[in-house]
Amino acid sequence: MALRMVKGSIDRMFDKNLQDLVRGIRNHKEDEAKYISQCIDEIKQELKQDSIAVKANAVCKLTYLQMLGYDISWAAFNIIEVMSASKFTFKRIGYLAASQCFHEGTDVIMLTTNQIRKDLSSPSQHDTGVALTGLSCFVTPDLARDLANDIMTLMSHTKPYIRKKAVLIMYKVFLKHPESLRPAFPRLKEKLEDPDPGVQSAAVNVICELARRNPKNYLSLAPLFFKLMTSSTNNWVLIKIIKLFGALTPLEPRLGKKLIEPLTNLIHSTSAMSLLYECVNTVIAVLISLSSGMPNHSASIQLCVQKLRILIEDSDQNLKYLGLLAMSKILKTHPKSVQSHKDLILQCLDDKDESIRLRALDLLYGMVSKKSLMEIVKKLMAHVDKAEGTTYRDELLTKIIDICSQSNYQHITNFEWYISILVELTRLEGTRHGHLIAAQMLDVAIRVKAIRKFAVAQMSVLLDSAPLVASSTQRNGICEVLYAAAWICGEFSEHLQEPQRTLEAMLRPKVTTLPGHIQAVYVQNVLKLYASILQQEEQAGQPEAAQQATQLLLERLPQFVQSADLEVQERASCILQLVKHVQKLQAKAVPVAEELSALFAGELNPVAPKAQKKVPVPEGLDLDAWINEPPSDSDSEDERPKAMFHEEEQRHAKPRQAEVDEEELARRREARRQEQASNPFYIKSSPSPHKRYQDAPGVEHIPVVQIDLSVPLKVPGLPLSEQYVKLEEERRHRQKLEKDKRKKRKKEKRGRRRHGSLPTESDEDIAPAQQVDIVTEEMPENALPSDEDDKDPNDPYRALDIDLDKPLADSEKLPVLKHRNAQAPKPPEKEDVPVVEKKSKKPKKKEKTHKERSRKREEGRKGDDLDFWLSTTPPPAAAPSPAAATVQLGVSAVTAPKDDSEVTRREQVADEDDEALEPKKSTQKKKKHKKEKEERGKDKKSKKRRPEREEATEPVQNGAPQEEPLPPMSSYCPLAENAYVKMTYDVQGSLQEDSQVTVSVILENHSRSLLKNMELSVLDSLNTKMARPEGSSVHDGVPVPFQLPPGVSNEAQFVFSVQSIVMAQKLKGTLSFIAKDEDGATQEKLDFKLHFSCSSYLLTTPCCSDAFAKLLESGDLSVSSIKVDGISMSFQNLLARICFHHHFSVVERVDSCASMYSRSIQGHHVCLLVKKGESSVSVDGKCSDATMLGNLLEEVKGTLAQC
Amino acid sequence: MIQAILVFNNHGKPRLVRFYQRFPEEIQQQIVRETFHLVLKRDDNICNFLEGGSLIGGSDYKLIYRHYATLYFVFCVDSSESELGILDLIQVFVETLDKCFENVCELDLIFHMDKDRVDRAGCVTQLSPRSCSYKAAGTLRRGFARMYTGSVCSHRLCPQPPLCHCWKERRAAGCLTWEDPVVSPVHYILQEVVMGGMVLETNMNEIVAQIEAQNRLEKSEGGLSAAPARAVSAVKNINLPEIPRNINLGDLNIKVPNLSQFV
Repeated sequence: MALRMVKGSIDRMFDKNLQDLVRGIRNHKEDEAKYISQCIDEIKQELKQDSIAVKANAVCKLTYLQMLGYDISWAAFNIIEVMSASKFTFKRIGYLAASQCFHEGTDVIMLTTNQIRKDLSSPSQHDTGVALTGLSCFVTPDLARDLANDIMTLMSHTKPYIRKKAVLIMYKVFLKHPESLRPAFPRLKEKLEDPDPGVQSAAVNVICELARRNPKNYLSLAPLFFKLMTSSTNNWVLIKIIKLFGALTPLEPRLGKKLIEPLTNLIHSTSAMSLLYECVNTVIAVLISLSSGMPNHSASIQLCVQKLRILIEDSDQNLKYLGLLAMSKILKTHPKSVQSHKDLILQCLDDKDESIRLRALDLLYGMVSKKSLMEIVKKLMAHVDKAEGTTYRDELLTKIIDICSQSNYQHITNFEWYISILVELTRLEGTRHGHLIAAQMLDVAIRVKAIRKFAVAQMSVLLDSAPLVASSTQRNGICEVLYAAAWICGEFSEHLQEPQRTLEAMLRPKVTTLPGHIQAVYVQNVLKLYASILQQEEQAGQPEAAQQATQLLLERLPQFVQSADLEVQERASCILQLVKHVQKLQAKAVPVAEELSALFAGELNPVAPKAQKKVPVPEGLDLDAWINEPPSDSDSEDERPKAMFHEEEQRHAKPRQAEVDEEELARRREARRQEQASNPFYIKSSPSPHKRYQDAPGVEHIPVVQIDLSVPLKVPGLPLSEQYVKLEEERRHRQKLEKDKRKKRKKEKRGRRRHGSLPTESDEDIAPAQQVDIVTEEMPENALPSDEDDKDPNDPYRALDIDLDKPLADSEKLPVLKHRNAQAPKPPEKEDVPVVEKKSKKPKKKEKTHKERSRKREEGRKGDDLDFWLSTTPPPAAAPSPAAATVQLGVSAVTAPKDDSEVTRREQVADEDDEALEPKKSTQKKKKHKKEKEERGKDKKSKKRRPEREEATEPVQNGAPQEEPLPPMSSYCPLAENAYVKMTYDVQGSLQEDSQVTVSVILENHSRSLLKNMELSVLDSLNTKMARPEGSSVHDGVPVPFQLPPGVSNEAQFVFSVQSIVMAQKLKGTLSFIAKDEDGATQEKLDFKLHFSCSSYLLTTPCCSDAFAKLLESGDLSVSSIKVDGISMSFQNLLARICFHHHFSVVERVDSCASMYSRSIQGHHVCLLVKKGESSVSVDGKCSDATMLGNLLEEVKGTLAQC
Repeated sequence: MIQAILVFNNHGKPRLVRFYQRFPEEIQQQIVRETFHLVLKRDDNICNFLEGGSLIGGSDYKLIYRHYATLYFVFCVDSSESELGILDLIQVFVETLDKCFENVCELDLIFHMDKDRVDRAGCVTQLSPRSCSYKAAGTLRRGFARMYTGSVCSHRLCPQPPLCHCWKERRAAGCLTWEDPVVSPVHYILQEVVMGGMVLETNMNEIVAQIEAQNRLEKSEGGLSAAPARAVSAVKNINLPEIPRNINLGDLNIKVPNLSQFV
């Protein structure tokens, strides 16, 4: 035996420690995986050892292997073992491993609850700290719920180190258990003013994190944060607060006004760049939120821009980057002030750092104007040529397109230039964004009518060089451009100069190497083109040319018929047949062109992407209703495909407008024109934003469109857009000259009465070259192109959108430490929750009006707090803002009844304040409140999500509808009290153990000392015994598993086993504890008497009326009855009291008569019939034990007597 | 919130991986690899921010990193963190590591005094505290809660962080430094700086004080592997070829494990 032990310890001696493992892995570079799997086998052996040191060493190695990517979740149980070691060394290893590999799916995690709780209340701050740290990484909803109260206690720990950690971890607890936010929030708020800067910083951190997700709930904290901001010197805290203000200002513009000054001061004074940067950011946010002008508004912007310029000019790339980032925020609202720094930003485009170049690109987006667009794009095009990486080049490409197309091509004055830019972009090799360019080409060609001729000419050139495009850029995105080119040439074929040539280009054999969807477009548009050629030739009276075209099609189309792509194949065969038919007709010299082009008559208008969704469902149309009878089950499956085919056929049969004759078409066109005229969303040529320039004399005469472009276009490689830049400049120059002339003339007319300022060329003065008619996308009538409010319903932070100003209800108290047996499937203490809630929701009728008034006044007051604080800024008569209304709406409707008097009192004070300070505003304000009351009324339903849910768990299970509010009830009775501590208790039966009850004792420390080493000792009786930890004797006390800092209360639970439950019991006990304050520690004692009533052995058990009737019929129950006189309480209330105090549930209720049921922990059935007379109540009882029934009825009598 | 903290060396070998959001191990490794490739491409003289993109979370997240000689420190943070603040935090973390590990290294040296005395002793004098680490940077070590001023503690002032020389020498001397994968202690230090993804402490003195207190506590408990380690080092000092493969002591048969890995 001894030898074996020696052997064991010697074996252990050769266990690898972590460093050996690391060295080993290094030495086994070639067969690392094999070595590690060998090590894992060893670790598995080590984990089987009894020694905790060996296990800890093994777990330590596992943590390292986890980092290398090995799954170690199999060792979760061993990790828990190491976590529960008593030595800090091992505990720390265990918690580290747990924090690395535990997650919500780890099943053994529920075993840790008690261990963590023990560590949290450990006297060693290191144990507590390490447990908190670990928990922060693997907290689950269950752990959060069970430990929330313990952590909350730690927030008032004496050691700042623990306080700090406890405060931080609360955020994780809130995330996992949102119900804990309201009860914990007051203490969290307290910690904002903690003497320790670390704790303060942690609290700021948590609140900022919370407020970032749901800012409106934290507006009321603004004054506090403002105070912190002006007093704190800790830059980390300042940064957080300033960031928080950035999130709050959009909700409350007045806050922004108040902030500007201190922020500006900080900007001027601080040397820390990080703080400066955050200040600038928040000032920007403030400026964005202030839509209305403010006197020193522009000064602040100037300051920001100027500071940002310093950052951007700095040699430090980080500052440069952030400067650009912040600049882009200013750009959104104040583009003018940024535009003056165009030089700087263009300079950044040349930076070697890609991140900086990208940021600068973002900025350019907002900096363009009509005037600068061409110049900027020219510069970007130069960068495209230089760019090395494809990603950056693609980014440039998308940016060029974004910049040009933004807000409906607002800045483009010359679309010929834009088209040529797009054509130039097609020369980019290897870009992924071919489809983007294609989409732009289509968009411009469709929406800008005036450009079609030019666009078609360009596109035909592109098609002509198609083999070039396709071959040089094998299978890359750029060939998408051909999709657009083919479509444009087909659709607008009437503009083609040489349709024959284009037709031939589109039918080249090389085309078949293109992707299927492009070929399909080719085939379709070949037909369109062919139709227009036929028409031209027939009109010109050249049937031979038309026949030539037919011949060409007949020769070339078969190559598409053989295509592997179904769409191409189908279209090609259709068209081939059609062309064959045309050929026959042509042979008979029948004119076919008219008919053929009728196939493509009518105009295609762009449709807004959301248009389909916006089409209103006509009245009386139920989209979910079956159109035909729903298919019965008897319908065999083989019928289905048939139906499908049938449908398909119908679709094919649907006539395109082809059959429609010319007259009909004309009629339709007219109708459409009419419709468009009455459609406000269809912007026609007349109200176009560019229209007003039409009236300007001289513009029409500018002969821009007449430039013969066909010649240079045919020379590939020539940068076309440059020419346009030059032409455009000339045009603008001429335009300006004309204008000047005009002005001069005007001036002359006016004489010398006025001295006109020098004519400066502003954006508005530049008239576009084309009479552009940008057709907007079509939308159904009355539909607004709005953005849908699509919030993610699964957002975890949504659950934290909780009103924090609402007074705390009893029901929201955090669940406290429980013995395991107390965790019954339906914990009885939950029962009292709704009753209390109920009361607070519906105050008694006679009090109602008063309460309502005070409640409303209180709301007003709360709103006023913030209002008042905010209104102390310079502009005194600030108009009531919409945001203020939201604050007040957020204020709760629930007022705890006991607050009533206090509320009224405070209210008076507030009223006086109001009147003293703002006499003028008061009437206005009252009006406002009234309005809000109404609004709130409307909102009430939607706001009260929580209470509604609670309503579902009413105590009166099968009860009649609630007519009257219930009084507050608490099941906790006072137990004992002395100068240090107050004890209240409640006894509840256990569902699992048939002879156990749980006593929950709330200990409230109302002294100034820390209470520790609390121990509860109870003198057992023969019948009732306290459950003690194993191995302790009958006389030992049971330790209370927590300490109580001053002013804190907590709940401990103790389990008692009972033999007979038919009688009430009394037990004597003592609570001993050490009270510790500055002066020292004293040992104290407090005696108490625990009373176990018969009712406490009952468990609220629902029972249906049928089962209840059967039970009564069985006849083996003994009967007894009581009668109580002089009861004025309503029947509803009486029942609620019996339910609550004696754990009954209502089976049935008819008028003033109700049957009730309950069951004891030992399975006795108890049935009651409660009847209410004029002023008396009679209770008849039936129970399987006569003694018990007698005792119970006595208790019920006692309760009723109090009513 | 900080979403993840990754430390890896110039070859992409992870030195510390800390996620504050659950990812399976394979994904973690993938993220480390991707991040490594992202930062590796970047010159030392370009900005230290990277838009996270597809990596973790999405567009709200940024990668903020610093490169010290052989190691990359990458923090993945969301928009609630101040970018420059995080850069400072990395600096605090690194300085704390340096400060704490110096002690460990010295202890290590004392512990191994019996072996290679001359060598180690030489190393001690050479390495001793911050002769090479901070003298050159000078301004780096400046009070607590040092904030990014752009001029004082920017890493660009010391493009070749002086830390590295020190590490190289230590390494040459065979000591473990925190650059080596001594995971747990680095984690313990990190835990005092960042907790559950939120900044816990930025004051280096506080952090160091905590760590030292914990180390003292650990020492008083005898440490993790004091006994076996001592035994092993004793074995290591025995001239290996003289040890018989099997020691026969009656019926007790002690298998001597292959010791080559210790050498």
